[in-house]
Amino acid sequence: MTPIDDPCEECEEMMQPFLDGSLSEEEVARAQKHLESCSWCAKRYKFEERLRHYVRVAVSEPMSPELKAKLAALRTPL
Amino acid sequence: MSDSAPTTADTRRLARDARDRVRFEEEALELSDQVYRVARRLVGSREEAEDLVQQTYERAFRSWRQYTPGTNLRAWLLRILTNLNIDRGRRQQRAPQTTSIDSEAGDYFLYDKLAAQMPEENPDEERVLERLSQDSIVDALADVPHDFRDVIVLVDIGEFSYADAAQILDIPMGTVMSRLHRGRRILKKNLADTAVA
Repeated sequence: MTPIDDPCEECEEMMQPFLDGSLSEEEVARAQKHLESCSWCAKRYKFEERLRHYVRVAVSEPMSPELKAKLAALRTPL
Repeated sequence: MSDSAPTTADTRRLARDARDRVRFEEEALELSDQVYRVARRLVGSREEAEDLVQQTYERAFRSWRQYTPGTNLRAWLLRILTNLNIDRGRRQQRAPQTTSIDSEAGDYFLYDKLAAQMPEENPDEERVLERLSQDSIVDALADVPHDFRDVIVLVDIGEFSYADAAQILDIPMGTVMSRLHRGRRILKKNLADTAVA
């Protein structure tokens, strides 16, 4: 990603890959530097991060014990 | 020496084979909760997800030799699962959609929409999110067209890397990234719509 003029615009562009852990070290450092001084962008990052966590927890449904037993029964008998 | 008499080398090989197989099966079973969690959101119902996971493990245990030890077993299992899902004809439901979303809406419009319903100004992110019910989140994700939902489920729910998601879905990494970007926006729009309703 190449630097662009508006630091907030650049920060928004980097938000998704930042939270996905797919930015280079140099890009992460650039984003962090901006986040330290810009409460507006910091708030956006925090909301996005919490939203992802919230969605992940909300849609997680545990596997039934019945299915777990069925899968275990598929093992090669010893 | 008789041809049928097993040699020491044969016995050792069989013993090693049995040990590798048991280890593979144990490792695969340890991942079953995570595999199910992803499967549950890739398909529409709990029954479908359970069938799919069971078929995945049947196939994985049959073809365990094709797995390369030391590589990502969870991704390998999910690759089997998504292929089985395709075999079940899900892909025929609809072509990749070009759902119209408001391109002017920035990444933060969901916050703005939820916060607008609250009395205080500039409310905390956590409190804003509490306005979303669990059911509304499940529905909003289910309503994302499947090509976009698949990548969201793998990356955001399954916590796979872009590269793993690309391999699992057999699509280029750039496609993973663009579908993820678009899919997340669609999800947020769906969430905003349910919050207003």
